[in-house]
Amino acid sequence: MSNSDTAMHTLSVYVANKPGALARIAQVFARRGFNIESLVVSPAVDGHFSRMTISCSGDPSGLDQIIKQLSKLIDVLHCIDHTYDESVMKEMGLIKIAVGSEGRSEALQIAEHYGCKTVDLTPESMILQVVGNPDKIDALEEMIAKFRIIELVRTGKVVMCRGEETT
Amino acid sequence: MASNAIEGGQALVRCLESEGVEYIFGYSGGAAIPIFDALITTDTKIKFILVRHEQGAAHMADGYARATGKPAVVLVTSGPGATNTLTGIMTAHMDSVPMIVVSGQSVSWMLGKDAFQEADIFGITMPVVKHSYLVKETNDIPRIVREAFHIATTGRPGPVLIDIPKDISAGPCTADLHAEMDLPGYKEEYSVNNDTILEIAEALAKSKRPLILAGHGAMISGADPSLLAFAEKAQIPVTSTLLGKGVFPETHALSLGMLGMHGTAYANKAICECDLLLNIGSRFDDRILGKPSEFCKNATIVHIDIDAAEIGKMIQPQIACVADAKTALDELIKHVPVLETKEWCKHLDGYKAKYPLKFKRQGGLKMQHIIDEFYKLSEGKACVATDVGQHQMWAAQFYKNDSRYDWLSSGGAGTMGVGLPFCIGAAFGRPNDIHVCFVGDGGFQMTFFELATAALHKLPIKIVVLNNHYLGMVRQWQELFYDDRKSGVDLEGNPDFVKLAESFGIKGFNLRRPGDVKRVLQNALDYNDGPCLINCEVEKTDNVFPMIPAGAAIEDMLIEPPSMKLEKPTGST
Repeated sequence: MSNSDTAMHTLSVYVANKPGALARIAQVFARRGFNIESLVVSPAVDGHFSRMTISCSGDPSGLDQIIKQLSKLIDVLHCIDHTYDESVMKEMGLIKIAVGSEGRSEALQIAEHYGCKTVDLTPESMILQVVGNPDKIDALEEMIAKFRIIELVRTGKVVMCRGEETT
Repeated sequence: MASNAIEGGQALVRCLESEGVEYIFGYSGGAAIPIFDALITTDTKIKFILVRHEQGAAHMADGYARATGKPAVVLVTSGPGATNTLTGIMTAHMDSVPMIVVSGQSVSWMLGKDAFQEADIFGITMPVVKHSYLVKETNDIPRIVREAFHIATTGRPGPVLIDIPKDISAGPCTADLHAEMDLPGYKEEYSVNNDTILEIAEALAKSKRPLILAGHGAMISGADPSLLAFAEKAQIPVTSTLLGKGVFPETHALSLGMLGMHGTAYANKAICECDLLLNIGSRFDDRILGKPSEFCKNATIVHIDIDAAEIGKMIQPQIACVADAKTALDELIKHVPVLETKEWCKHLDGYKAKYPLKFKRQGGLKMQHIIDEFYKLSEGKACVATDVGQHQMWAAQFYKNDSRYDWLSSGGAGTMGVGLPFCIGAAFGRPNDIHVCFVGDGGFQMTFFELATAALHKLPIKIVVLNNHYLGMVRQWQELFYDDRKSGVDLEGNPDFVKLAESFGIKGFNLRRPGDVKRVLQNALDYNDGPCLINCEVEKTDNVFPMIPAGAAIEDMLIEPPSMKLEKPTGST
């Protein structure tokens, strides 16, 4: 386990789709001083349940307690830490940059390198859609910053275990 | 309304009946009227007790549950009615007490629109409940009630809130009253791992100085006979937490009494010197740890707890066992040999002889004297409720409990004001027992209005007001650690408690002199026409010892009043 004071962790939580479930989960983090960096909630295959992927930062020694407290919630079926396993982790980002005809081809070149799609194009701007692990989006952000970034929206990462394992 | 439909409130009452509810403690109000109406229209056998403040209702339900092991129900209205239960819910939550709180709510189409007496009680209580519901469909009531009782009473118990909008409780219910539960995330299997049991037995067999720490979890699981059999077979001394008082007979030769901040010197010395600590159902509260890094540093620690989140929370055990205390003990006893602990027990007996719990018989009237005398006169058979503070610690020291459910005290929350309503709730649950509440003059004034409830139902309770005209525990800290600067602790302006009692139609006694203790308490015990109150004008500035300053190591326990000035404590409160 990382010794860093505020390591980033990725948890997946499988939860019954009941009112208040999200608030109860958020409270466990807040009470123990953990920041939720990103949170993705969506219905599971069985619509009675939801999948949450939570990225959070805080004292690693507190994380074990958080996982136990989450597992204890009545609506939570299980909670798994994927920080150190080989799960597939993906995120989508939309980046709107200010670019006119002059820099457009260079911007598109960078976009192509990162496998982006251009989802909106105007004479003064374009929106790039990028999908990948969060590091890749960070890298794109850095490269594309030579153009003025007007807006950036990231979904937060989602995670899924490989092979037979359950997320 | 469909011809076969009953109202939501009626469905609620029927469901409470099938859960075996005897008592509802509550206070009426607009948003709960359909439910209160159902108490009449269903002609239910459930007894409704009208309290004088919703906090009283919550503490009574709590006291009832602690004294009987069964959950009671709190019924209040929306907004302030519901928020007034908050301290009571938190108190129950901290001490794992089962409780069902039903609150009325504004009509559902007004939710979130600041309707009259609307409060988001579902949101407000979220951190202090085991679970909660905001009912959105009348037909959900039977399922929700069933789930609520199941959740409140199984595993590690706790309070469950059911918030019911007025249109829902007044609406038609056509659902089957014996609905199925839908709790896919609730884990309730606590099978004992046999390898872990063998590992514990092996560690015990190697131990020369084993010690059992029995907590509230052992009490809740009904492990008292198993614990007695186990400790006697293996010959292991037992100390208990404040809430574990009575789970092992405190008069037993193997008992060391309560440990912790104001525990017995011998229990705390045993903690320091044991080579194996078997914790059964205690959550290693900071009141017993002192300084966590120094706690049982050289001992093997075994932790049995039904709540996995307690394992390693405060203390990392060498052997952890997530299990029900009784089930684990019943397995463990099969594998544990008779241990050679004669030397160890003799050594601890030496401490008992050297550092007994004691108080000076000379001088003014002392709380310890009154509690000790009441213990003797009641032959240790009373169900004891306490409030919070110095008197609570002295009651824990001097009223020895030999059976479970006879010690009702707010441990985790340390809620002042619980004493009287706890005692009232207990007396409803066990009308044929002796009930006493030891309360300070501070805590008593927080909930004394429930004297009306006690008087109305002629409850056989003895209210012992240990009146030192101070918030004594805080004053003690200020004396010991803050150069005796008394700040916010002088309860100048106390009423005449005997006259106060009499104004409710309650018999009152005054007790001022040590020589009168026996006579007055005997008179109070002999009084059998409902509640009585004994106002005890005790010494103003006595201090509780032994004491482990918060955050200090147990080795640094003060057995006697210190002769030098002490550093401010580092631990929490």
